[in-house]
Amino acid sequence: MANIIELNQKILDFDYQVQAQDDQFPMLQVLNNAGEIIDEDALSRAELADDDLINIMKRMLWSRQLDIRSTKLAKQGRFGFFAPTAGQEASQMASSYAFKDDDWLFPGYRDIPQIVAKGWPIWKAILWSRGHAKGNEYTTEDDKPVNSWFPQIIIGAQYVEAAGVALGLKKRHKDAVAYAYTGDGGTSQGDFYEGINFASAYKANAVFFVQNNGFAISTPRTLQTAAPHLAAKGWSAGLPSLVVDGNDPIAMYLAAKQARAWSVAGNGPVLIETMTDRLEPHSTAGDDPLRYRQQADIDDWWKKEPLIRMRTFLTNKGIWNETLESAYIDETNTLIDEQIKIADGVEKQKISDFLKHTLEVPGQVMQEQIAKFESEGK
Amino acid sequence: MAEKTYIAAIQEALDLSLEKDDSTLIFGEDVGKNGGVFRATDGLQAKYGEERVFNTPLAESGIGGLAIGLTTQNYRPIMEIQFFGFLFEVMDSIAGQMARNRFRFNNTRQMPIVVRSPYGGGTKTPEMHADNLEGLVAQVPGLRVVMPSNPADAKGLLLSAVESNDPVVFLENIHLYRSMKGEVPEGYYTTPLDQATVVREGQDITLISYGGAVPLVIKAADELAKNGIDAEVIDLRTVSPIDLDTIGKSVEKTGRVVVVQEAQRMAGISATIMAEIAERFILSLKAPIGRVAAPDTVYPFAQAENDWMVKADDVVAKAQEVINYD
Repeated sequence: MANIIELNQKILDFDYQVQAQDDQFPMLQVLNNAGEIIDEDALSRAELADDDLINIMKRMLWSRQLDIRSTKLAKQGRFGFFAPTAGQEASQMASSYAFKDDDWLFPGYRDIPQIVAKGWPIWKAILWSRGHAKGNEYTTEDDKPVNSWFPQIIIGAQYVEAAGVALGLKKRHKDAVAYAYTGDGGTSQGDFYEGINFASAYKANAVFFVQNNGFAISTPRTLQTAAPHLAAKGWSAGLPSLVVDGNDPIAMYLAAKQARAWSVAGNGPVLIETMTDRLEPHSTAGDDPLRYRQQADIDDWWKKEPLIRMRTFLTNKGIWNETLESAYIDETNTLIDEQIKIADGVEKQKISDFLKHTLEVPGQVMQEQIAKFESEGK
Repeated sequence: MAEKTYIAAIQEALDLSLEKDDSTLIFGEDVGKNGGVFRATDGLQAKYGEERVFNTPLAESGIGGLAIGLTTQNYRPIMEIQFFGFLFEVMDSIAGQMARNRFRFNNTRQMPIVVRSPYGGGTKTPEMHADNLEGLVAQVPGLRVVMPSNPADAKGLLLSAVESNDPVVFLENIHLYRSMKGEVPEGYYTTPLDQATVVREGQDITLISYGGAVPLVIKAADELAKNGIDAEVIDLRTVSPIDLDTIGKSVEKTGRVVVVQEAQRMAGISATIMAEIAERFILSLKAPIGRVAAPDTVYPFAQAENDWMVKADDVVAKAQEVINYD
């Protein structure tokens, strides 16, 4: 009887329940802010060769460079919509390094670099940003398919779609997963829950990322939910869910790699919350972060950004140096310059093509509209 | 040809789709063992297995997203929305996502999805089960909206919808499910999308309708004939896009038109038809175009349905008004 009395007391102890939620999600970290490995065992489980470490560093570097250049070009009016990515390189690039060509990427609008990493040329990313339909062709420079969806604006919608791909991959017995990214704001959408719940109910092949970067435009994470951890939402659908230092490339890669392996083995999806920061405005369209956060907070996060710690780690390891980095940045900028030229040279869009691309077989009124616009050369 | 109910014809089309193509999947709420709340999928899970006919969690947006995602693995999803009043829950997946994807991906990806759903009233269902929301989806570019009015068309149009590489919203009239029987050709056949049909030829007036309203328009035409009025009846079958050629030929012949819909009067399919006729064929008209539609209220609670819904008598009265116009 005593046990039942104690158990009932615990069940009805709401303060305990709130505290228990808070205690359940310790943060996975392998590489600390000083660039030191604090868990050698985890590092060895990541099985990252020196070449992999350098590749991850390079991916993060070009992502940062693309961010810098895109922001400048946006100010010159030569870019369209752009959502800055600085600070999220480990969360985006180290996590996506764990996935393969056959895996299907479901990005949010800030997840352009992950699509580029899958082979989508930067000139197409530029066209997407400018609002040119050619930018939404997901093929490589040599016309091979890129298994990616478009950068989703409705920030939970990619979760239900990823669940569909994940189920399809399972049904086709493919050695592949769907991996989707959203932000802390995305977890407030109903589709977020529907997506993880569907994938979990079907034990489908999916890895879901929540990049907790602190703000959904100006709404802070604390206003999105009273849940102490966004990862806790994964438990509601029965998913293994974890919190990872989103500025730690080694931890991000390790978590993503293990989640992928677990899911591909038929166990169902995994949810990964990445603790990171959006160091810049929501978009280049002009919001001022100082309206909703303190400069000191931003300055503090700049000290914890992922490039610093990875650079220190690789330099101490003797496989990276300033000369290599400088040369790689020059190479990246040259590539971006070339890609801008390609984007600038792409033919203007035609309304008649829009009409032709709305339905496979256009209706009567659409056919009339096609003829009209074609006769006007539009 | 055997005589079958509207729902039996739909069930047969689903069966034939599953039999013809392994990539066809059926899913939704209760479509498995239960065979759907109206039994449209009865026996299909037993015949084709849980891999191809399966229940989903109870969340419409998830069902829509699932359909979109499955197309990447070359499946042809047939998703069921249990009642069309639940459309609002899945509107982003349908209108914001699948409808836009061909355009969005610059014609490089297909969306061969059928969204099946029962619609319409007259069966005393609870709230949110009986709405005529076809106007909402018909306004969305990138969707086809198909609304059969009889068993033979239901089967042929559904098989065409499954073959289409574009998303098709296929709306099945709840009232017709078991109240209507008709001759249904055997085996696999398709009825073309986007083509209206003249179900009754006439010289004096054109009555244009679709879906569950067609039987009552035919009844009205029979009544009008008793008074010497020879009405032509057009069944649109596909309400988006609309076949204006068939409408135009009839309007040029009769010069008088009444458009009939079960949905509320505001906006909607009838408004589009009237506008197109006014723009294209106004010189053929001998009288203003008449319209019969439901009142502009929220769909009423069950006990008021009979008073609220459009009836054959309303069509007869409106047709006589148009005929008698000087």
